Amino acid sequence: MKYLRLIWVNLARKKIRTALTVGSFAVALFLFGLLIAIRGAMNHGEEAARADRLVVINRASITRMLPISHNERLARIPGVKAVVHATWFGGVYKDERNSFPQYAVDPEGLRAVYPDYLVPEAQWSEFIRDRQGCIAGEVTARRFGWKVGDRIAIKGSYMTGVFEFNLRAIYTGARSDVDTTHFWFNYAYLAERYKGRVGWYVVRLADPGDAERVITTIDEEFANSAWETKTQTEGEFGNYFAKQLGDIELLVLAIGSVVFSTLLLVSGNTMAIALRERTGEIAVLKAVGFRDGQVLRLVLAESLVMAAAGGAVGIVAAKAACASLSGLFPGMVLYLPSGELAVGMVFALGIGLLGAGFPAHAAMRLRVADALGRV
Amino acid sequence: MVNANGAPNGKCLIRARNLDKSYQRGGEQLHVLQGLSLDVDRGGFLAFMGPSGSGKTTLLNLLGGLDVPTSGSISVAGDEITAMGRSQLTAWRARHVGFVFQMYNLIPVLTAYQNVELPLLLTSLGRSGRREHVETALELVGLPDRMNHYPRQLSGGQEQRVAIARAIVADPTLLLCDEPTGDLDRRSADEVMQLLGRLVDEHGKTILMVTHDPRAAERARTTLHLEKGTLVEAGRRAA
Repeated sequence: MKYLRLIWVNLARKKIRTALTVGSFAVALFLFGLLIAIRGAMNHGEEAARADRLVVINRASITRMLPISHNERLARIPGVKAVVHATWFGGVYKDERNSFPQYAVDPEGLRAVYPDYLVPEAQWSEFIRDRQGCIAGEVTARRFGWKVGDRIAIKGSYMTGVFEFNLRAIYTGARSDVDTTHFWFNYAYLAERYKGRVGWYVVRLADPGDAERVITTIDEEFANSAWETKTQTEGEFGNYFAKQLGDIELLVLAIGSVVFSTLLLVSGNTMAIALRERTGEIAVLKAVGFRDGQVLRLVLAESLVMAAAGGAVGIVAAKAACASLSGLFPGMVLYLPSGELAVGMVFALGIGLLGAGFPAHAAMRLRVADALGRV
Repeated sequence: MVNANGAPNGKCLIRARNLDKSYQRGGEQLHVLQGLSLDVDRGGFLAFMGPSGSGKTTLLNLLGGLDVPTSGSISVAGDEITAMGRSQLTAWRARHVGFVFQMYNLIPVLTAYQNVELPLLLTSLGRSGRREHVETALELVGLPDRMNHYPRQLSGGQEQRVAIARAIVADPTLLLCDEPTGDLDRRSADEVMQLLGRLVDEHGKTILMVTHDPRAAERARTTLHLEKGTLVEAGRRAA
């Protein structure tokens, strides 16, 4: 404790330099956090996927629809616990920039297949009752300031006209990684427009261990028909989308390596300059009896304080950025897992130690008589 | 061998024998001290004089444990410091030696109080104990009202007095001063020398000082002259 003042005054003596170094750590951790969050969002489908859900799409392409009659046939397949169909709507709310994922769904199926979306019972009942009812995720509701009971007008994109919905419920996620940007409405409202077609099906299994068999059964059920299917686990389906955007892992690794390597050079250089300027003072400390190890620890502590402060600022900024960006991109859940944040912080502290390592070692080995002679 | 008995009936505090110190500079071997032997009694006030490069500062560094001789031995108050390892020597220095440098070497971002407190951070003293010691030291050097001033807010003479307070605050056995008046005007230099004299006379400190200034050397009880790494002459004055 009694050495804290020494550490503090040394950090405070060149405020701009210290602030810039702390800033470097902050920017690095901010970027790291953002990259992790983006990677998480890209892999979100895979990570948030439950092992007991399958996605059934048109074998030709996800952009091709499937008949709604598949719903019943899917429900009859042994091992299938529940089925929901969903159809992309893609309308515009007030402005083109206000995009968020909108789907027409079968309300009963939605609840049975997605227990991780939490809706208060009373609101759910209202949604079921209202043909024009809709549910919005809390992120989207917060983004547009919606409250239950609001009337929301959305202009169709591939469907002409403006469609009005009654917001009957706002859902939350059972876990922090659950996407709460969705907007669902009753398929029945636009059934005529969809002409008996749906975008895809999501099937919930009675037993996750039975996935392989059920996948084969589903695809065989519709084989050689006009509406052949391709069935995948929810994780595979999410991963398929992530892969379309390139190898996120490699990208994160490459950018992260560049950022942290640069940081290492910056922090090492800063500490080296700072200590060169203080050669005489370090010599005095040693002359009055500070041991080599104490000098080493003082220098490393300075660097660690900068790394920790910068890291903390970076993480807070990354969290704030994730919170504000989450609602802006449809379907993208930006969240920072604590485990990965801890890894980032450990990296920052490690770089703080490593960067200061060489100058600190030089300070530790400094010969007092030589150093005083140079002053 | 020179016996520098600074104080009457003194007891030998420093015993240096056959000190050699040489450096390798490029391909050349520089012999800074050659076979120097010296005894200094407790309570002595010694001035080392001599031309630049005669080995004065090197001798002071060796006696203070800031450097180690190439050969020879030094014992201070019975401790054989030439047999000590680096870390032992550091601990010994903290306990037994106070340093005063020509350029004061105060830490500019610490106040006078904090500068003086530095050696006490290495002791087991608590905050209040440290405060007591620091205030006493600053009072002794006549700067009790400057304890919250930073070095840049002090005159050269005041800075040097703070440096002396730092040197004596842990009550060391020995005070080593390297050109303590070298950067001061005459008046400040006199004040500093007067203070060092008082430390010897009133507090029984042992002071070894390197100086080029004959007036500063006059304040010492003994003046030793070095030339080319050997002691060539000893002058002695009454206390």
